[in-house]
Amino acid sequence: MLKIWSMKQQQQQAENAEGAAGKKKKKVTAAQLRVQRDLQELTLGNTMKMSFPNPDDILNFTLTIEPDEGMYKGGVFNFSFSVNQNFPHDPPKVKCTQKIYHPNIDLEGNVCLNILREDWKPVLNLNAVIVGMQFLFLEPNASDPLNKEAAEDLRTNREGFKRNVRNSMAGGSVRGNAFERVLR
Amino acid sequence: MISTDANSQQNRWKHLHKVLTKSGPYCDEDWVPGQETISALESSKILVIGAGGLGCEILKNLALSGFKDIHVIDMDTIDISNLNRQFLFRQSDIGKPKAEVAAAFVEKRVKGVKITPYVGKIQDKDEDYYMQFKIVICGLDSIEARRWINSTLIGMVDMEDPESLKPLIDGGTEGFKGQARVILPTLSSCIECQLDMHAPRPAVPLCTIATIPRQPQHCIEWAHQIAWQEKRKDDAFDSDDMEHISWVYNAALERGKQFDIHGVTFQMTQGVVKNIIPAIASTNAMIAASTTSEVLKIATSCNPYLENYMMYAGEEGVYTYTFEAEKKPDCPVCGNLARKLKVDPNSTLGDFIESLSERAEAQLKKPSLRTEEKTLYQRFPPQLEEHTRPNLGLKLHELVEDGEEVAVSDPAYTIDFRYKVIFSK
Repeated sequence: MLKIWSMKQQQQQAENAEGAAGKKKKKVTAAQLRVQRDLQELTLGNTMKMSFPNPDDILNFTLTIEPDEGMYKGGVFNFSFSVNQNFPHDPPKVKCTQKIYHPNIDLEGNVCLNILREDWKPVLNLNAVIVGMQFLFLEPNASDPLNKEAAEDLRTNREGFKRNVRNSMAGGSVRGNAFERVLR
Repeated sequence: MISTDANSQQNRWKHLHKVLTKSGPYCDEDWVPGQETISALESSKILVIGAGGLGCEILKNLALSGFKDIHVIDMDTIDISNLNRQFLFRQSDIGKPKAEVAAAFVEKRVKGVKITPYVGKIQDKDEDYYMQFKIVICGLDSIEARRWINSTLIGMVDMEDPESLKPLIDGGTEGFKGQARVILPTLSSCIECQLDMHAPRPAVPLCTIATIPRQPQHCIEWAHQIAWQEKRKDDAFDSDDMEHISWVYNAALERGKQFDIHGVTFQMTQGVVKNIIPAIASTNAMIAASTTSEVLKIATSCNPYLENYMMYAGEEGVYTYTFEAEKKPDCPVCGNLARKLKVDPNSTLGDFIESLSERAEAQLKKPSLRTEEKTLYQRFPPQLEEHTRPNLGLKLHELVEDGEEVAVSDPAYTIDFRYKVIFSK
């Protein structure tokens, strides 16, 4: 046992660093530190905004996407992000807080984006996630549907799908489901 | 050998004492074999985290290796499915706390050993509690708990107190695979340094689950993740609640029928929702044996210890490999320990940031800063910047406490900095 401590002393002398003594205080967690870094490195552009209900809690926030092209142009879409203390081992949990008509987002707000689940890796960061989210609105994807009906519409009748998107964004109903008005 | 008189009690440790009273070619030069080492072993207080598959083996091994003062933490209660390998538990123990039953069993079986159980989470305890132990050994199934104990032990290391450095011996198994590692907080590679080595468990794409299931497991995932949310939004799903599991099972069975998928069983439902990886008793035994040997070697210095990672892969033939995992220079836990930084409590946060840009090791250009509790200043995104900008004009003592840790990151650097701010009087 003593040996280990003399190793520590040697290391300490070599680095001439200062030790950590004094009162015990809560330490910034690894997840917080990583999110602090990730946030700083975000590229939001004109189409995305973030808001923090509690600015001291950077692990929970809302991302707002306002697509400036594509079929969802003119909409304002809100997503809640929840990052747990096991980040970046665990991916952030992302949910759409509105009921929207989208092949890759179900009526409960669950999002089908590969890097949020099966393809998540700790080397990915929050920027990768929000880029992926933005892409969902530019290129809705019929091959990985979460809302089957919307996916079928997109596959079989692209023009009809476009109309449904406009209609749902204005707060109308599609196939008997009433959607939330999300227009700017 | 069946008598239990004092003589045979002595004999019980005969072979152990041979190891501890004789020097050998691999022993540390400074090591003095003999009674002193035996006393050191018997007085070493050891903490065992987890009293499950690995924990039962570890407790038994430690007690039979001559340790006399063992503590054990576990928050779980005994389930019938544990009994095939968690051999300290009997049918009549079902529902009772693992830590208590395991402690009582080993105390009864190995005379003279004291095992102190704590039923609860490791997070319930503070640094004062962990400070009392000589070595911490864990047999856990969660990465989160490992990361917590790792960062706690690293945070406890205090240059002025040699006793504050607690070796952490970690064991883990998954089916036929396992690993044992020795972590000397701040000296060697830590759990956080090695985090990339854990592959996150494979998840099935949500779209497969939602649309075209191919396997019975997909039906269960659907029932658990999608149907539950639709139909029982207000009930928080509890994987230990039989009624909840039954509901998911029936929903999955129904979905299986729709897609002509057979094989959804109650047991499989439990396995999928609780994410149960089949545990193999002998893998646990091997890994626990390896980790407890390390505890014995480190506590007594009788032989060189593991440096620092032993992997065992038994799923395709047998392969073991021992290597020295390296410290990550940019490890968020052990790579940048908090440096003490004297500050004037009456200077502003803005001044403080300014002073950081002048520090030799940092020369930070655009730092963002926080404490555990507060976002002090976050440069991006704009909404947070606006919120935290007023802090720049506040005095340090209004934002942080004396001795509190401030973490600083800057896009110009790949590593983050931690400072423990000490108020100058």
